[in-house]
Amino acid sequence: MSTLSICNLHASIGDKPILRGLTLEIPKGQVHAIMGKNGSGKSTLAKVMAGHPDYTVNSGDVLLDGESILGMEPDQRARLGLFLAFQYPMEIPGVTIANFIRAAVQSRLPQGEELEATDYYAEIYSKMDALSIPRSFTSRSVNEGFSGGEKKRCEILQMAMLQPKYAVLDETDSGLDIDALKIVSSGVNSLRGPEVGMLVITHYQRLLDYIVPDKVHVMAEGQIVLSGEKDLALKLESEGYDWVTAS
Amino acid sequence: MKTDIQSQIEADRSVGDFRYDIDYAYDAGVGLSEATIDYICDVKKDPQWVRAFRKEAYRKFLAMPMPTHWATKDLENIVFENIRYYLSQGQAPKRTWEEVPEDVKRTFERLGIPEQERKFLAGVEAQFDSEAAYSNIKAAVGEQGVIFVGSAEGLKDHPEIFKKWFGKVIPTGDNKFSALNSAAFSGGSFIYVPPGVKVSHPLQAYFRINAQNFGQFERTLIIADEGAEVTYMEGCTAPKFETATLHSAVVELVALKGAKIQYITVQNWSSNVFNLVTKRGLAHEDAEIKWIDCNIGSRLTMKYPGVIMKGRRARGEVVSIALAGDGQHQDTGAKMVHAADETTSNIISKSISLGSGRSTYRGMVHIPKHLKKCKNNTECDALLINAQSRTDTYPAITVRGQGHSVQHEASVSQINAEQIFYMQQRGLSEAAAMSLAVNGFVNDLVQQFPMEYSVELKRLIDLEMEGSVG
Ligand SMILES: Nc1ncnc2c1ncn2[C@@H]1O[C@H](COP(=O)(O)OP(=O)(O)OP(=O)(O)O)[C@@H](O)[C@H]1O
Ligand SMILES: [Mg+2]
Repeated sequence: MSTLSICNLHASIGDKPILRGLTLEIPKGQVHAIMGKNGSGKSTLAKVMAGHPDYTVNSGDVLLDGESILGMEPDQRARLGLFLAFQYPMEIPGVTIANFIRAAVQSRLPQGEELEATDYYAEIYSKMDALSIPRSFTSRSVNEGFSGGEKKRCEILQMAMLQPKYAVLDETDSGLDIDALKIVSSGVNSLRGPEVGMLVITHYQRLLDYIVPDKVHVMAEGQIVLSGEKDLALKLESEGYDWVTAS
Repeated sequence: MKTDIQSQIEADRSVGDFRYDIDYAYDAGVGLSEATIDYICDVKKDPQWVRAFRKEAYRKFLAMPMPTHWATKDLENIVFENIRYYLSQGQAPKRTWEEVPEDVKRTFERLGIPEQERKFLAGVEAQFDSEAAYSNIKAAVGEQGVIFVGSAEGLKDHPEIFKKWFGKVIPTGDNKFSALNSAAFSGGSFIYVPPGVKVSHPLQAYFRINAQNFGQFERTLIIADEGAEVTYMEGCTAPKFETATLHSAVVELVALKGAKIQYITVQNWSSNVFNLVTKRGLAHEDAEIKWIDCNIGSRLTMKYPGVIMKGRRARGEVVSIALAGDGQHQDTGAKMVHAADETTSNIISKSISLGSGRSTYRGMVHIPKHLKKCKNNTECDALLINAQSRTDTYPAITVRGQGHSVQHEASVSQINAEQIFYMQQRGLSEAAAMSLAVNGFVNDLVQQFPMEYSVELKRLIDLEMEGSVG
């Protein structure tokens, strides 16, 4: 039951099918990686799970700890414990990081319960310190004018603050320099634990040196076409994807 | 079945939508005529010059056409014959809340006015229909020589200052509604701040319309003498009626050499109110006039606060926020008239249109040929929430001559579905995400309001957004 299960999922945008019978199971406590060519449908999978309104699910299901989430609004899924670190995080002009994350944390509290401001700031500051995000970022507008790497770090900050049960990280490593990659990876690793399942989408095996996955999956044309252990990533890096789809 | 949240929103949105029955001792009846004006003059014991001023204005009002050649046709729905032009319980405002008649007092208590007064205001005037029910200034401020009274007291007790400026910044015939106001005016504030006096806390006026088919025509005149500083805030509400209510004020500001006046409005009339207001300031040498104007309520608002920069290095500023919800039209803007060298004006306008709401920006900036080194900056940004929302921009910038600096930026944006999805992914409901994005859009302007007002503004925006989603 303690799994994020994607069962034979078919989804399309307009009349263009993108996910074509995708099946994947991420148990709590594990980290799975997905690799695959550009356009194979990795981000689509992430967004369909999160409930993006542009996509239509034609068949299949997504179960979070046994409960189907496909009929839920995106915010309901989020509050149930699903987190998505976006490949391209959105800018929200005029809304500060502090207010945004605070509203997100507040949305998880029972009605009538107010977040204590001093506790909140103590927590966000300590997490920002760990991710080497300057504290002054709390008063900057969400993602506005952030460098690529700053955006990604900020996604992980949000994940750390929201403590999801399942997290999907969509190319969180792209755009990061080596130091940032280490910081972000250790940030992610510190959130690993028996109560959290993670799905890490990446193009680079290097990330998997830092965030060591329990399983690696290869995605092509909207399906998982191959699954294996960590060394599969190494093979993909040296040999490319053609041998997978050819076999 | 309404959910808890929905009914709570309805209750909250309608903070001003309640009404207690009142016995009016003075009632000019329905419609406007010379006889109505005589009635108003008689009960107010106006001096002869005011009676003549009103009559002259009334003739101008009759002669002037509705400005529907450029403004909305909705103006034609105002039926002047059906409006009641004067209603009051008496002409003398009380100096303590204890003396205010119970039925009127509980209205203002429910609106939180006495409480705000205790907390952060230097003085309050509370107008109920045609007259102020209460008007008082903190002793310490009065001792500095600051005058804060109703317009009727101003013209009777301080004629030497009052007459000098009354009707000088906004001539009676400026527009049809300034003429109407000049004919029927009652209530509003008269403020005089002596040279060098800086009033540290805001003075506030609260305008309450209680009666149906009513027209409120307050008249405010604020004079800051040399080097003086004052902040004035006004708020307003009315219960929602099926029939149209008219609010047509005239506000004149005079900032003498080196003086500073800041005038803050949070307009939250109910959606049956035609709010047609003329506001203008005259800034002398090195003086500064700033209008901070927020329009959330009303059916139709037409308001273009202006500054005439008459003295060298005078500065004029208009910061405005408009929120046009379903069925509302916020037609707002600014007028900047540069009339001396090295004068500077700044206009920042942000509007939000949602549902079938419509917002219009009209800006007029005038820099004549013979002047030197004038500056204007105009920024107007419009945010559209729904496909049927509408915004129009009519900037008219006439700059003649050399060596001026003029900047103009305008933008129209829409809340992007990806932004909403991003916020929802973090756990915020769609309505909460919308509110956050809209509050973000106006955030830099909201910060210019005093704390008490910015909190209120944020709350009003939240409520509008809650109602607009789902
Ligand atoms: N809104 C859209 N309209 C049309 N096609 C779309 C849309 N969104 C995604 N697609 C298409 O769906 C396919 C899968 O895209 P997706 O972003 O999921 O790929 P990806 O595996 O994440 O690629 P990358 O590695 O480049 O991030 C692509 O062919 C893409 O063009
Ligand atoms: Mg992608």
